[in-house]
Amino acid sequence: MSPPYAWKEAGKLTLPVMFGYLPLGAAYGILAVEVGVPWWAAVLMSLIIYAGAGQFLAVALLAAGAGLMELAVATLMLNSRHLFYGLSLLKRFQGAGWRKPYMIFALTDETYSLITTLPAATHGRDHALAFRICLLNQAWWVLGSVAGVLAGTTLTFNSQGIEFALTALFIVLTLEQARRLRRWLPFGIAILTGIAGVWLVPDRHLLLSAIGAASLILLFHYSLGRHQETRT
Amino acid sequence: MSTPALLIFIAVCALATFATRVTPFVALARHADHPLILHLGRYLPPTVMMILVIYALRDFRPLIDGHLNAGANGWPMIIASLIVALLHLWRRNALLSIIGGTGAYMAMVQLGWMV
Repeated sequence: MSPPYAWKEAGKLTLPVMFGYLPLGAAYGILAVEVGVPWWAAVLMSLIIYAGAGQFLAVALLAAGAGLMELAVATLMLNSRHLFYGLSLLKRFQGAGWRKPYMIFALTDETYSLITTLPAATHGRDHALAFRICLLNQAWWVLGSVAGVLAGTTLTFNSQGIEFALTALFIVLTLEQARRLRRWLPFGIAILTGIAGVWLVPDRHLLLSAIGAASLILLFHYSLGRHQETRT
Repeated sequence: MSTPALLIFIAVCALATFATRVTPFVALARHADHPLILHLGRYLPPTVMMILVIYALRDFRPLIDGHLNAGANGWPMIIASLIVALLHLWRRNALLSIIGGTGAYMAMVQLGWMV
């Protein structure tokens, strides 16, 4: 496959993320400038931190004059759901070579979702495509941040509601996963832990609690299967 | 805040974020073929995806002051989600589903869907 076509394919796959990351990145850029973060620092954060909620948190902590320890702990807590993403990609990222460090660095919720739902037809050239997806997603995020920093509060396009594109993306990817797996188990676990999380846990710990609890249930499910295997 | 202090602040945040992403790859590099890891690799992505959907819809409030909530966190959210799901089950074109649902959501939120 020739490179231009390959980039086009990746571009098409990341289009929904673009609709989400450009406005969210812009919102982040606007917020950062408003609380007094220099423009270059706001963009630098999108380049080397690259975490949506994490950067909003960092800007808030900067504005509040938080200490480095506080920052490190809060960031680790907020992003620890990434631990589980890595767990389920260990096998998939094997053999990605020079691309691997960047693919690990760029593992956001949206990138994880896209990569784990890639159609089976792409196997074999998996790593190159996954790498392009990672790179383009970050490009959308950085572009959005730059636009936000530049535009400040003078955006004229009424983009209210465009961030729903990310919700829509998650719905589509859930349906695709369901079509492929044809098992109710993961979705049942997700509904259980997700709704329990919404009810019981404060917002900023919701994702980690739900994904952590779901992983524990899957662990239990695994050991149950092993147990039955050894008995029969 | 001085420039060096700001750079240190950003570096700490970048390292903490990267640490959460790279740890499994470093700590479990030799166990990629372990059946438990394969089990998680199979079941965790769809679980996470469904949790992300619930997370994205967590602010849904059906009623405001006894009236149906037509705001950004009200019924437009649910209607647009249904549009996405139905479009996708019908045509199975990811881009169409996402653009259709997002367009409907933006129209409902910006123009109002009920008088």
